[in-house]
Amino acid sequence: MNTVIDAHNISKVYNPETIPVYAVNNVHLHLERGEFTALVGPSGSGKTTLLNMIGGLDKPDGGNIFINGNDITKLSANELIDFRLKNIGFVFQSFNLIPVLTAKENVEFIMQLQKIKQSERDERIKQLFQQIGLEDKLNERPSKLSGGQQQRVAVARALASKPQFVLADEPTANLDTKSASNLLDIMAKLNKEENITFLFSTHDQRVIDRARRVITLVDGRIVKDTAVVSTEHKEAATIR
Amino acid sequence: MWLAKMAWKNIWRNRNRTIITMAAIFFAVILSVIASSLQAGIFDNLVKNVVSFYTGYMQVHKQGYWDEQILDNSFESSAETEKKILQNKNVTSVTERLESFALASSEDITKGCLVVGINPEKENEVTLLRNKLTQGSYLQDNDNAVLLSQGLAKRLQLKVNDTIVLMGQGYHGATAAGKYRIKGLVKFGSPDLNDKALFMPLATAQDFYSAYGMVTSYVLSLSNTKDLQPTESSVRLAIGAGYEVMTWEQMIPDIKQHIETDSNNMKYVQGILYMLICFGIFGTLLMMMVERKFEMGMLVAIGMKKSTLVILMLFESLLTVIAGCLSGIIISIPLVHYLNKHPIKIGGETAKAYERFGFEAIFPTSTEASNFIHQGLIVLVIGLVLSLYPMYKIIRINPVTAMKR
Ligand SMILES: Nc1ncnc2c1ncn2[C@@H]1O[C@H](COP(=O)(O)OP(=O)(O)OP(=O)(O)O)[C@@H](O)[C@H]1O
Ligand SMILES: [Mg+2]
Repeated sequence: MNTVIDAHNISKVYNPETIPVYAVNNVHLHLERGEFTALVGPSGSGKTTLLNMIGGLDKPDGGNIFINGNDITKLSANELIDFRLKNIGFVFQSFNLIPVLTAKENVEFIMQLQKIKQSERDERIKQLFQQIGLEDKLNERPSKLSGGQQQRVAVARALASKPQFVLADEPTANLDTKSASNLLDIMAKLNKEENITFLFSTHDQRVIDRARRVITLVDGRIVKDTAVVSTEHKEAATIR
Repeated sequence: MWLAKMAWKNIWRNRNRTIITMAAIFFAVILSVIASSLQAGIFDNLVKNVVSFYTGYMQVHKQGYWDEQILDNSFESSAETEKKILQNKNVTSVTERLESFALASSEDITKGCLVVGINPEKENEVTLLRNKLTQGSYLQDNDNAVLLSQGLAKRLQLKVNDTIVLMGQGYHGATAAGKYRIKGLVKFGSPDLNDKALFMPLATAQDFYSAYGMVTSYVLSLSNTKDLQPTESSVRLAIGAGYEVMTWEQMIPDIKQHIETDSNNMKYVQGILYMLICFGIFGTLLMMMVERKFEMGMLVAIGMKKSTLVILMLFESLLTVIAGCLSGIIISIPLVHYLNKHPIKIGGETAKAYERFGFEAIFPTSTEASNFIHQGLIVLVIGLVLSLYPMYKIIRINPVTAMKR
């Protein structure tokens, strides 16, 4: 067994003094290395809040979150920034990239933050852009890329620092069906071939269908947690 | 290094905004450089004019002379005292004067006048008296002749080569009387001097007043005219307690006061200018922070240290402000030099005020380098202080709220 995420009893309450909103309510979540898991649920069910806490962007009001055995709820804000840099890859819904940097620079600077050597960076960039299928767009600014291409670059950036796992909050929400499916193909391939752990939230049924495990949130609680046995079968279904 | 590169790229993400910011700084620097060098130029010119009329930058008298300007308060001129004064490196020359009053008469007109016994050559070094000559020729050491100020000549209805009769009280109550040829006429801007002054060689004056070997003042020329106070105290120390050492600021306090009032007014103008720059820069900074809030939140979210982000901001501010400052200074240098060669002419009341002090209201700018550096630095500091605001914002940024749409 290789546990990556282990969240115990975590809660997040907004407006505790006036009208308390339990955005996340006593959630237990356990993720193994190599999972490809979707977090689903109606709008306002707490997906973003849960992902933010697991990603160390937000502190839970109760409970503990262990990433690779480290309790991140015990870290200070500054320690968390460093922790995120080294351990977690993020893909946001949109505007992931810095507009003044090229696609390559957007991926490279996160490695520069980690003080990774030039030669190693070059190698990694080459490999990542091959994996996302954008070798020919290395030197384009984000504004010259389609929404789908931008999200693929965001995935490359999330992977650049070889994180423990990748968190993606509705990565396909702003994409058309074809781009969304294309992004999912790339994520699934990376998951399968490189054993990269993905946890993503989504509303999109076609994206849900690609997941190997689906966790359903309602009103801040996990109401359903299903493992999907045969992904191959589903992939075949979508292709058709 | 990559951070500096990123800062450079960020500067140009909103070209118009950056250009507006740089232009604001650019014009601010130009305006404040011109304002301050004009002011400095005006004052330098004013002082130079007033001082070179007559008083010089510094004078030495017998203790108590300035309060009671009579011949009995004169002192014996000595080469030794002069030497002591000249020991100060800032003093370039010393010239003696014997000044007193007398009655001047032509055939049937009599007027009071100020008799100034001078060393013609040295006097010219200090006050450029020869330049004020309008008719006739300049004095020589042993002349038994005088230079008459234009106004006095007119009142007495005298011209060059006429004879003037002087009468007065000499040293220790002696009677003074003499007849002198008018060798030339001099013109002073100051009405006071122009209606009263009469110059003769020192020896002639000493003879007239029976004040042999005596002088009332030493007039000093300085190489650095700004170094008044230290020079004053060191000269005072060198010659001892029997003498008083006075700067032009003490001898003509109204000029000093005029300069102070004027420079205070200028400070308000510059203050307003600086405030405008502040608003300009701050406005663009605010706009930029709003525009980039999401992005900064995202950068912190994916693991960029806030300190790194602060350094990035600092680079951006520095580059923008320095670019504006430098271009402002570069453009203002030829402008200021042009205004130095083609001075501004002032009219109206101010002009009259200056004319009362005795010179034309023409003002070249000062081309002193410190002016450019000073103003450039002030604007630079303003820019940097203002950029503390975005830095503060970054330090407080919360990625979750910053990325909320
Ligand atoms: N800063 C906040 N202050 C108060 N309430 C908040 C805040 N952020 C979120 N909430 C509330 O918490 C609940 C969960 O919100 P969250 O954004 O996690 O839902 P979500 O599942 O991501 O929704 P969506 O699918 O629309 O993105 C909602 O009821 C929301 O109104
Ligand atoms: Mg959400």
